[in-house]
Amino acid sequence: MNTILALSGVVIKELYRRKDFYVLFVLTAVITLVMGSVHFFNDPKIVRYLKETCLLLIWVSALVVAIGTTARQIPAERENRTIFPLLAKPVTRAHVVVGKFFGCWLACGLALIVFYLFFGVVSGSRENHWPLLQYFQALWLQWIMLGIVIALVLFGSVVFTAPSSNATICFILVIGILLLGRYLNVVALREPEPLRSIVYTIYFLIPHLEWYDVRDFVIYEQNLIGWGNCGLATIYGLVYAAMLLFATWLVFRRKALSL
Amino acid sequence: METILETRNLRVEFRARSSANGKKIAVNDLNLNVRRGEVFGFLGPNGAGKTTTMNVLLGFVNATSGSAFLFGVNVREPIARQRIGYLPELTYYYKFLTAEELLRFYGRVFKIPRKETDRRIESLLKLVELDSARKRPIKTYSKGMQQRVGLAQALINDPDLLILDEPTSGLDPLGRMKVREIIQRLKNEGKTVFFSSHELGEVETVCDRVAIINQGELKVEGRVSELVEQHQANLEQIFLKIIGYQAEVLA
Repeated sequence: MNTILALSGVVIKELYRRKDFYVLFVLTAVITLVMGSVHFFNDPKIVRYLKETCLLLIWVSALVVAIGTTARQIPAERENRTIFPLLAKPVTRAHVVVGKFFGCWLACGLALIVFYLFFGVVSGSRENHWPLLQYFQALWLQWIMLGIVIALVLFGSVVFTAPSSNATICFILVIGILLLGRYLNVVALREPEPLRSIVYTIYFLIPHLEWYDVRDFVIYEQNLIGWGNCGLATIYGLVYAAMLLFATWLVFRRKALSL
Repeated sequence: METILETRNLRVEFRARSSANGKKIAVNDLNLNVRRGEVFGFLGPNGAGKTTTMNVLLGFVNATSGSAFLFGVNVREPIARQRIGYLPELTYYYKFLTAEELLRFYGRVFKIPRKETDRRIESLLKLVELDSARKRPIKTYSKGMQQRVGLAQALINDPDLLILDEPTSGLDPLGRMKVREIIQRLKNEGKTVFFSSHELGEVETVCDRVAIINQGELKVEGRVSELVEQHQANLEQIFLKIIGYQAEVLA
């Protein structure tokens, strides 16, 4: 565990010493604040649009940070040869995979806290109330979803050679799942066999990232999601991430590392 | 004397399309034996199989057949690397970290207690003369400074065996002298050092024993003084003769 935490610490340091996060945060803040300063049609519920825009920016920024940071981890270790002094110590490749995963996941969690604090302050200052539990559920579920995404990108980083191609493929895949994942079973019903079975198989195989998107609950101030459902979604996310990490280790342990 | 590093009939093959039988033998039936407290020079021309042998010892590459042991433990077990320090030929470290942070990170990997890590960081940074640059990111270091931080990370666990892959490669004469001094100091402390180098004069100065390999095969192994006496030549001439350049030597 010590090794995994040490590796995670390096990833977190890398994130806060790079400019990516700050640029995305400043962009989100500027766009949200500019929108918040404009009054359209004296609509008292205009704050909903502000919340919707801010949450969308948080989702996009979190995905960019997660995918961008994770995609370069293992390729950079190999390209910069830092993997060699590391593996020459009592560190296994499984440690590297799990350490990188935890580092990216924790770093994204910290970034999410900063984003949601900003969101809470902006929306709370306009509405004069703070539904903290709702914000916590939205943050928690988004973080679990990012866990699956990070594990997926980590898997891609040991399969694809270039970090840029891995990041692009993963970004398209994640956006595709978020936008279309929930409709695949409906599409399957309309298709003849064997296409129906194929689409159904895909529906059951893909990680259902869209389950973790509870922005509407926050925007329209609906009731809290059941804690049991949150727990099940957490277990689903962790199991999926664990399976992807296992697949990453299977591929990575056989990868030849040549000096 | 206790054997620290050992290879038994070590053979490493790689797939090679250019080769007639589809494989290239990088190391062939290599038997090495390094004893406690020795400074052992591992020599050979480029492509001789030195780095491949080191890769097997460090667990980066699996042997096709034969076996390798560090402190009597098979190198396939990560625990075999608990008591070694390794300095790669080209050292690149996490550029966004400072030297102090890098050493602390490796200290955590070895599960060294915090106070002890602090103590070792102090003494190592003084040893490699990076005390004044300890808070600067590694990306601002010169090549020589990066090599020295590499040496410091190789020593953070107070290893009993140091594996150095061309430790003076690319360094200026002053940098080379400092690395040589450090190796000598480690030898005086009773550490075992296994290193490859093309600087044969340097090898002659610091090594107790050497092994010369060519095309993956061990050609000669022995004490430097005995080899010099036996061949009536210096180490460079012996090296050239063994790898097949007698004509040039004679000329």
